[in-house]
Amino acid sequence: MTSAGNPAVNTAARPDGGGRRPPLPWLGVVPFLVYVGVFLLLPTVIIAFGSFTTKQGDPTLNNITGINQDFLIKAFVTSTTISVASALLGAIFGAMLAYAVATGNPRGVFRRIVTSMSGVLAQFGGVTLAFAFIATIGNVGFVTLFLQSHGIDIYANGAPLYQVSGLIVVYTYFQIPLMLLVFLPAVDGIRPQWREATESLGGSTWHYWRYVAGPLLAPAFLGCTLLLFANAFSAYATAAALITQGGIIVPLQISNLFTSETGRSQPGLAKALALSMILIVTIVVVLYTLLQRRTSRWLR
Amino acid sequence: MSRSRRVKLQAFRVTIFILLGAFFLVPIGAMFEFSTRGNSVTAPRTMEAWTNIFQTADLVKAITVSLELAVITSVGMLVLLLPTMVWVRLRLPRVHRIVEFLCLLPLTIPAIALVVGIAPLYHWIEINLTDSILILSFVYLIIVLPYSYRALDAGLAAIDIKTMSEAARSLGAGWGTVMLRVIVPNMSTAILNACLLSVAVVLGEFTFAQLLYFENLQVAIGYVGLVSAGTSIAVSVASLIFAFTLLMILSFFGRPRLRIAPIEETVIPGPLGPPIGPK
Repeated sequence: MTSAGNPAVNTAARPDGGGRRPPLPWLGVVPFLVYVGVFLLLPTVIIAFGSFTTKQGDPTLNNITGINQDFLIKAFVTSTTISVASALLGAIFGAMLAYAVATGNPRGVFRRIVTSMSGVLAQFGGVTLAFAFIATIGNVGFVTLFLQSHGIDIYANGAPLYQVSGLIVVYTYFQIPLMLLVFLPAVDGIRPQWREATESLGGSTWHYWRYVAGPLLAPAFLGCTLLLFANAFSAYATAAALITQGGIIVPLQISNLFTSETGRSQPGLAKALALSMILIVTIVVVLYTLLQRRTSRWLR
Repeated sequence: MSRSRRVKLQAFRVTIFILLGAFFLVPIGAMFEFSTRGNSVTAPRTMEAWTNIFQTADLVKAITVSLELAVITSVGMLVLLLPTMVWVRLRLPRVHRIVEFLCLLPLTIPAIALVVGIAPLYHWIEINLTDSILILSFVYLIIVLPYSYRALDAGLAAIDIKTMSEAARSLGAGWGTVMLRVIVPNMSTAILNACLLSVAVVLGEFTFAQLLYFENLQVAIGYVGLVSAGTSIAVSVASLIFAFTLLMILSFFGRPRLRIAPIEETVIPGPLGPPIGPK
């Protein structure tokens, strides 16, 4: 088998002399590459191409410059605000939860429950999540009614759930579990011996966090926060289920411009927005990957 | 650890657990409460919303269709991905990075962006092939790739497929026999994980179905919610419990038996792949 494998590798490594028959082992990955090519790469190319062409296919920059309109700039600002706020809230509470879990019994049932639940809740989103919050702080929600019967009306200043602040709270619901999942390995990597070493050198709790644990965890924390940002930035279904009118965030604007229900569909502009989202998310995820790599250097 | 610090730490842990426990459990409890409400605030509790699920034809149809999509996507994912990954490990290790990159790529392309680019393709398929809702599984296969890839990769890393396949081949087995009777039985847990994750993702998918004008479970829940909030919330709870059960099975029992690298939970992503879900 080993000797049978070698010529194949050699064939593949040899510079191809032009249109001769392809080396056999490559045929094994063709179905996968074709499928991904058609359903993932081709759509991406369509987005990129469509961002720079008119409906008729002529080259144009109007789609890109079209992003520079008040309502779209506002959508980008709101999207960023919601993503940053929910990422920070998710990161802070998620990190505290991770610390609380990591300081417990590593084989305990409790830890398993928290990590398993987080696995489920980090995936929880869309219509179902929207309904969960409508049932909780919607205008006849459980908490709304409970507070009303105690003289507190959270609807006194309009419906909080359907505004930016509401979306931040709803997004935090899937951000905290995600933070726990991605940040826990870093917290687990902190050794108790480091604390003991700090103490034997006369350091206080503050010194330990400021000079030992803090700097070690900072890249991981920053990286995970970036991931949470990307996660919130690309979220569409939850917002679509909560906010049916208008497009306060970029994904909703894409949906508005893309569907022709309003009779004003602008596919070129929708593609330009989609392209800008892909670029932003890609940059953020690449930064996350770099920071994770830095963390994994001392983690294992 | 000093006594006072241990007390402080315990106080901190208890506070965090209670605070976040309330944040996560109250909405789920509120859904239960909401779905058992009568017609008015003073009316007695009723399970009407729950029994209504099965009397709403659209919902039953959507549930069936979503389950079909989940099965088709899982099977398609296995047929496409598993042989490719095995083949790459055995014969084309140099392509490993490319396959991994392509599998994790959907994480950096938000669903709302991908749908814009894939719509022309769907338009073509609907005109020239079929307009069945089941064609959604084409794109669902793409969005489950990162999750399935990680699950299968963990499974493949835990067994020595090179030795296994060499042994089988030297005894005269063809590649089909190697796949189905040697490799698959040895990584059944990873395959189960990959399938469960795919099912969970497909059942929760909303973006593609809505914007390509198909009515899957999530879209149907949205529509029903416009008419009867109680029923749609009851379905939401039911689908949530279903997803919970699937993923709990996964994280409690579906652990790989043999591990080379220490894997925490199957759902915990590797450094390369964040689990950005279909929200």
